[in-house]
Amino acid sequence: MGGKPEPGNVSSKSESMAAKKASPDLLNSLSFKSLKLKTKQQELLLRVSILGLVYVLAFIARLFSVLRYESMIHEFDPYFNYRTTLFLTEKGFYEFWNWFDSESWYPLGRIIGGTLYPGLMVTAALIYWTLRFLRFFVHIREVCVLTAPFFASNTTVVAYFFGKEIWDTGAGLVAAALIAICPGYISRSVAGSYDNEAVAIFALLLTFYLFVKAVNTGSLSWALGSAFGYFYMVSAWGGYVFIINLIPLYVLVLLITGRYSMRLYIAYNCMYILGMLLAMQIRFVGFQHVQSGEHMGAMGVFLLMQVFYFLDWVKYQLNDTKLFQTFLRITVTSAILVGGVALGVGTASGYISPWTGRFYSLLDPTYAKDHIPIIASVSEHQPTAWSSFMFDYHILLFLFPAGLYFCFKRLSDATIFIVMYGLTSLYFAGVMVRLILVATPAVCLISAIAVSATVKNLTSLLRTKQKAPQSGSTKGLGSSKASSKVLLDQSQPVQKNGAMALLLGVFYLLSRYAIHCTWVTSEAYSSPSIVLAARGAHGNRIIFDDYREAYYWLRQNTPTDAKVMSWWDYGYQITAMGNRTVIVDNNTWNNTHIATVGRAMSSYEDEAYDIMRSLDVNYVLVVFGGVTGYSSDDINKFLWMVRIGGGVFPVIKEPEYLVNGEFRVDKGASPKMLNCLMYKLCYYRFGELVTEYGKPSGYDRARGVEIGNKDIKLEHLEEAYTTSNWIVRIYRVKPPTNRL
Amino acid sequence: MARSTSKDAQDLFHSLRSAYVSTPTNLKIIDLYVFFAVFTALIQVAYMALVGSFPFNSFLSGVLSCIGTAVLAVCLRIQVNKENKEFKDLAPERAFADFVLCNLVLHLVIINFLG
Repeated sequence: MGGKPEPGNVSSKSESMAAKKASPDLLNSLSFKSLKLKTKQQELLLRVSILGLVYVLAFIARLFSVLRYESMIHEFDPYFNYRTTLFLTEKGFYEFWNWFDSESWYPLGRIIGGTLYPGLMVTAALIYWTLRFLRFFVHIREVCVLTAPFFASNTTVVAYFFGKEIWDTGAGLVAAALIAICPGYISRSVAGSYDNEAVAIFALLLTFYLFVKAVNTGSLSWALGSAFGYFYMVSAWGGYVFIINLIPLYVLVLLITGRYSMRLYIAYNCMYILGMLLAMQIRFVGFQHVQSGEHMGAMGVFLLMQVFYFLDWVKYQLNDTKLFQTFLRITVTSAILVGGVALGVGTASGYISPWTGRFYSLLDPTYAKDHIPIIASVSEHQPTAWSSFMFDYHILLFLFPAGLYFCFKRLSDATIFIVMYGLTSLYFAGVMVRLILVATPAVCLISAIAVSATVKNLTSLLRTKQKAPQSGSTKGLGSSKASSKVLLDQSQPVQKNGAMALLLGVFYLLSRYAIHCTWVTSEAYSSPSIVLAARGAHGNRIIFDDYREAYYWLRQNTPTDAKVMSWWDYGYQITAMGNRTVIVDNNTWNNTHIATVGRAMSSYEDEAYDIMRSLDVNYVLVVFGGVTGYSSDDINKFLWMVRIGGGVFPVIKEPEYLVNGEFRVDKGASPKMLNCLMYKLCYYRFGELVTEYGKPSGYDRARGVEIGNKDIKLEHLEEAYTTSNWIVRIYRVKPPTNRL
Repeated sequence: MARSTSKDAQDLFHSLRSAYVSTPTNLKIIDLYVFFAVFTALIQVAYMALVGSFPFNSFLSGVLSCIGTAVLAVCLRIQVNKENKEFKDLAPERAFADFVLCNLVLHLVIINFLG
């Protein structure tokens, strides 16, 4: 489009003038001529329309589960966020900020106002209030469900600007398109996944973009913008620790490679001081920026920058290298000494707290398994398998090294940043599955650079052939040049064909990527987890809505002050949908309380009854997949209950539940396993049920065995409700018998 | 060794002093402001060492407001200094406006944090 040189335009214009004089349809040609835009405007139109399409694509690619099931909140954590957002919109900001919740962690309660990251809730509430102001009276649940896709669309726009900053507009467009459908990001931002990461990735990319812009321009206002971006990130997600460590690391790398500049000083200092102050306004973060070991790197780099600036200024003033060298020696040694002593004193006296378990296990992945079973038990915290990388990234996996090559060819402050972001985030993505999400923007950006640079090179190869014969014909050269041009013309077709073939290959790869992403989104990442679906014998779809059935039974058939004991996975859902007090929930802030519940579930019924009486438990809820073959039920999680309970109460010993190191529920299971509370509650009356044609009664379809203890009698509990597919079972704790 | 070091230090001091005299007045004013801010911060730290750091948020907000405004003034100095080639096409009014805006945000947050 832009390749045609100026003479071409002039010649077409003269042609149209001739046509005007020649034919009476000059009006048509005139109007058509005025519609034809200049090249720059054409390019702008193209860019804006591509971005608009990508924006819409990012939104609608995430709507599979809303179309298939209904507009509901997925999984576990989002239910807590939904409940708090509901509270915020109903009671207002002051009540929300000072909320003490006595409905969870009975009898301890939880200071919700001070222990959550309010960014997501405040964002959804603001959108809700804006829509109500514009007289769109939507329910807050709809806003919550669609917050994540909306912010994913915004992330693509930020990715475009970021790509433009690092490389050029072409790379920005490709980055926006790649990140719109990348499964690594879709997995945590489908419609209904109302979790912190939905807005956190947007805030992360925004902060990084604004910071790189500040480093590139050296302007205080961009640095202020990045401080605000950082504040939004801190309010949204605990993963802000990644930002506060990556940016100082980046500054350090720039200092080491000799790229210290005034712009870097301005950008980092303004962002650090203002960002730190803003971050401390969030109560959950508190004073961590000056007291926690995870944030000390940023402070160290801040002081280092002051030293660098001071040295630079002195060097400039002195204009005498020898004197400056001595000064340099003195200052550097004293600065290192002072810094080292301060750090040592702070860490030894315990004032600077060491790295907490969650982040320490990123540096040492084996730490959690040995010391903190609760962190090790979460499935999202497991190390990543190769198949996950391929599943979530597809072609971006091999485009990433190609992009790294291009970045190293054209090193600048911005490309150094994206390389560092990509490498560090990929390392952490390898340690924990959940962090593939954090690496996705970097991988998309770097791959976009590879794609954009390759396509640019190939298309310029395709275009040069058109120019060469033109210049050859208009210039009319001598014989030697003409012969060389002829030779060039002969090799051009080969080059042109090769470039064409490669270009087609690139487009084929990108189309396969799009197909893969759509398939992955549809099959793997659009299930609401609270509603299960399966294929019946005739291929029809069967929906299991047992969870919500059980929670609504709780809501409607139990006294309002009833306390429900279940494993911590279901705590948030019970409080949000069942509206009853729970003993433990997904916040997992108190390990001993969870261990008490774990101990109760793994003990014999009498001991468990004592524990339940001490906690005032009225109902017990268990999840059982034996009838449907649902494999994420409590029996499969049981060993984790034993491990967590045994971690605090040594009376629970894991080997007692295993037979030869094997976990069994059939006749060969250990007696402690066959008589513990969890086994009894799950398999009560199950021995009479025939689950599969041709198998004996009491055949557990999830484990694939016939259960060992079919004749279960409960002494202190009675069955209150079992859902239609036996997935959720609720038992009532009987009050103690009257003493005679 | 010690004598040559002290002689070096004296030389250093003298040459720094003579070089500093030639800086323009507006930069000297900014330097004075930075010095005043850092001095205030040091006084606050000394006071904290005497009476303890009980309302820690107040102490932090006081110290950080001084350090913050000092750092922002240094940024202003960098942008206004005519000898910095990187910023020669940045109008000093724009630099000052940025400085005022950032200080405004800084002090608003400090007031919220002071408790």
